[in-house]
Amino acid sequence: MEPTHSPIYLDNNATTQVDPAVVEAMLPFFTEHFGNPSSIHAFGAQVGKALKTARAQVQALLGAEHDSEIIFTSCGTESDSTAILSALKAQPERRVVITTAVEHPAILTLCEWLEKEDYVVHRLPVDKKGRIDLDQYKSLLAPNVAIVSAMWANNETGTLFPVDEMAEMAHEAGVMFHTDAVQAVGKIPIDLKNTKIDMLSLSGHKLHAPKGVGVLYLRRGCRFRPLFRGGHQERGRRAGTENSAGIVALGKASELAMANIGHENTVVKRLRDKLERGILAKVPHAFATGDLLYRLPNTSNIAFEYIEGEGILLLLNKLGIAASSGSACTSGSLEPSHVMRAMGIPYTAAHGTIRFSLSRYTTEAEIDRVIAAVPPIAAQLRKLSPYWSGNAPVKNPEQAFAPAYA
Amino acid sequence: MWEYTEKVREHFFNPRNAGAIEGANGVGDVGSIKCGDALRLMLKVEPATDIILEASFQTFGCGSAIASSSALTEIIKGKTLDDALKVTNQDIADYLDGLPPEKMHCSVMGREALQAAIANYRGEAWSDDHEEGALICKCFAIDAVMIEDVVRANGLISVEQVTNYTKAGGSCASCHEGIEEILAKVCAEKPSHVNQAAPACATQGPSAKSPATAATKTGLTNYQRIRKVEDTLEAIRPQLQRDHGDLELIEVQGKKIYINLVGACAGCMMEHATMGGIQAKLCEALGELVTVLPARELAKELARAG
Repeated sequence: MEPTHSPIYLDNNATTQVDPAVVEAMLPFFTEHFGNPSSIHAFGAQVGKALKTARAQVQALLGAEHDSEIIFTSCGTESDSTAILSALKAQPERRVVITTAVEHPAILTLCEWLEKEDYVVHRLPVDKKGRIDLDQYKSLLAPNVAIVSAMWANNETGTLFPVDEMAEMAHEAGVMFHTDAVQAVGKIPIDLKNTKIDMLSLSGHKLHAPKGVGVLYLRRGCRFRPLFRGGHQERGRRAGTENSAGIVALGKASELAMANIGHENTVVKRLRDKLERGILAKVPHAFATGDLLYRLPNTSNIAFEYIEGEGILLLLNKLGIAASSGSACTSGSLEPSHVMRAMGIPYTAAHGTIRFSLSRYTTEAEIDRVIAAVPPIAAQLRKLSPYWSGNAPVKNPEQAFAPAYA
Repeated sequence: MWEYTEKVREHFFNPRNAGAIEGANGVGDVGSIKCGDALRLMLKVEPATDIILEASFQTFGCGSAIASSSALTEIIKGKTLDDALKVTNQDIADYLDGLPPEKMHCSVMGREALQAAIANYRGEAWSDDHEEGALICKCFAIDAVMIEDVVRANGLISVEQVTNYTKAGGSCASCHEGIEEILAKVCAEKPSHVNQAAPACATQGPSAKSPATAATKTGLTNYQRIRKVEDTLEAIRPQLQRDHGDLELIEVQGKKIYINLVGACAGCMMEHATMGGIQAKLCEALGELVTVLPARELAKELARAG
């Protein structure tokens, strides 16, 4: 096969390739080091020691003060649920949760369910660039609030929330603060000991560890109620025999992420910027979404007006390029991404949003190929669009094509 | 991602009849931009014969929406308007060798565009009677209004019934919680003495079936099922009779089949083995797991119940 046809993976916010060094580190824990770390014998002791190392590696990546603040879980979603449900169980008199309109479904779906259970949920709206209003946030902080949960980085646009500041404000009001940092960890420097963040969720497979392992950071002294009971593992805070291979892998991946954080914020960032500028220079009626000055270094989310994302992805896939879309069709729902809707992106653009998310494996040659591939795809699909005529959108597109709901 | 057929992919990558037609005399615009699928169908109809000379489309939508539009134009070209109106959404899906269930609405949109375009040509008003509610079943695109209406009109009480009436909840099952909420809401409107909620346990599990409906899973009616039990036992009897024994069928209660061993079989040391053999034969014949018990167990059970 021609080298130009090797696949290009620009969907690293969905999941990442497991680093070969991580695979190598974890493999012995399926074979010779199969012991249960709870066992007294040598088989168990070896594994226990490896878990201790992994815990220290994650601690270092997060800048946590104590290694006991790291609780291994099965995934980001479990960490999120554990954090919020713990805050509610530990403070039964507080029945309010503050979150944002653009969180991951791991938080939003849980919050919808909490409302059915008679909790009150405030979802902070965002502006056109995906930013929340800190004054509005401050006005909601009250003694009846059990927990604030705000994502560190948005999975679709990469927009960063000022979680340090938000945590300070919550702390002053005596409210627990949780952040879903699944997209942020490994991409931007994090130093939890110098923040007021009480809880943080991370997921292994977003930072070149395998799926099936995550972490809940729990600040020492923060009141806690476990989600799972039934064992002393993780100091009784997460019962269940440890996923030792996964935990060892996450430890190794954390070490590598720390070593590469500079690369992410220089090389990867430059490639992302080149990709975004390259596409926007050649495709008219397209724009980057989110807070472009304050976002993850690896993420670019581009809205292509008047076309639909699934078509773009299918045509990209034909050229061996993998990305993702906020369109309804690709998710199996009928509505475009809640993040795009929260930012007020019109439907004609929201359905055509494409997220390119890079990693430390992304190369310059790959970015050049994508920059060349995208403009003809947009042109091809626009030829089919009822909003498009010749080389430009039709005049007054919303009036020119106003279909009857079918 | 979706598993599209080769035909869908081919029509998406190389759409037929895309773009506007000069001098189109029938145009239908349908779809929902909010939902990300909308279609303009353009027809050039020969007024003397009502034959569709040309058909073309412009679509804002996913791969299957574009492929469905392309297929539709190919199907209707050369047809008279009356023949074209006979084209169903299933015809469009079949032309493409099928669509994923979650994408069937693309073919529905195609058919509606056709109706709208023909109405436009004939100077008739075409309106869609769709009432939009919160989407509950994403697989079949069934909304809350539809489910609520059907639940109310038919007095439905279980998710299973809702699925049978509307298809909602029939695929991935992730909306069952939402359907349960609608059922609870409609149920709460009724006077309390008629309130009846379906049990929360799995009603499809074999143990939860009442004896009267236990047979439905095997596709047999209760009567057919008992006949099958009888026929199976008839075939076994000659063997028992050779040993101067025999059996009689006493009762069939769901998964429990009560028989009496008589003659030499009664009190035989091998009774247990004989029953086991009969049970195996019955399981095989009925295609389900049943338990064969001596009739005296039935008597004990009746005594307990009484």
